Amino acid sequence: MWYWLHRFSSPAYFYRFAGKAIPWLAAITGLLLLAGLYGGLVLAPADYQQGDSYRIIFIHVPSAWMSLFIYMVMATAGGIGLIWHIKLAEVIAASSAPIGASFTFIALATGSLWGKPMWGTWWVWDARLTSELILLFLYFGVIALQSAGEDKRTASRASAILALVGVINIPIIHFSVEWWNTLHQGATVSKMDAPSIHTSMLVPLLIMAVACKFYYATSLLMRARAELLDREHNSHWIRDALKNHE
Amino acid sequence: MNNLAEFFHMGGYALYVWSAYGLATVVLGYNILAPLWRLRGLQRRLALRHAKNNGATP
Repeated sequence: MWYWLHRFSSPAYFYRFAGKAIPWLAAITGLLLLAGLYGGLVLAPADYQQGDSYRIIFIHVPSAWMSLFIYMVMATAGGIGLIWHIKLAEVIAASSAPIGASFTFIALATGSLWGKPMWGTWWVWDARLTSELILLFLYFGVIALQSAGEDKRTASRASAILALVGVINIPIIHFSVEWWNTLHQGATVSKMDAPSIHTSMLVPLLIMAVACKFYYATSLLMRARAELLDREHNSHWIRDALKNHE
Repeated sequence: MNNLAEFFHMGGYALYVWSAYGLATVVLGYNILAPLWRLRGLQRRLALRHAKNNGATP
């Protein structure tokens, strides 16, 4: 296990492995997205209260989940880079930030597009929306620190500290609908014994959630490869990789 | 045909539903294209530089 981890965290091995994995991950992402969208937009019936507007849920909720999941991956990778100085961990953290920010933005924007017809307003300063907006600014902060300064490793350390401090916001977002009386509706799925959603809607929602996970893996590996190439452009393994057109 | 029109109509919520999915498509598409372009550019630049260095010191 340690041998494998050590091998995997070597930039040269990761670069080659990621190059091989990306087409497969992209194909799985595409198939899952097709299945999830077909199930959500075509097969699932309209909601008895919200009509067809609820169909925004199939992109809104997976995006919101991803915004939290990616933040935890980013903070964990940042922490590992901070403590053990593993280059690959810094690259994973740096590459996760823009993807996480994108999902956070999608969650906020689609929520707004859902809120307008249902609540009659694009935005309210309630606990769930505000804490998610703070998450977006945390991502922006991490991205800004990444690109600040000449030395990438110092920048990685600074942004990892910000990411770790910002982890405090994650449980706040998750429990905000329970702790405060908000306009945002309560959890749809997490009540595992009796989710407040019908199977014909739950299945495409879960497929979309898995599709977003695979999408993240695809985009992350692509970004990580470019980032590695940029940081390591003088290493021997890069010369070899480029010679073999990898 | 009528079904298709109904599908795009989204029970009157077409503007909101399709804006949401259109926006997500643009943002997620960009997150695939941007790293692709960056990787291609870097590969080309580095390959060029290595070729030049090899020519200078045989």
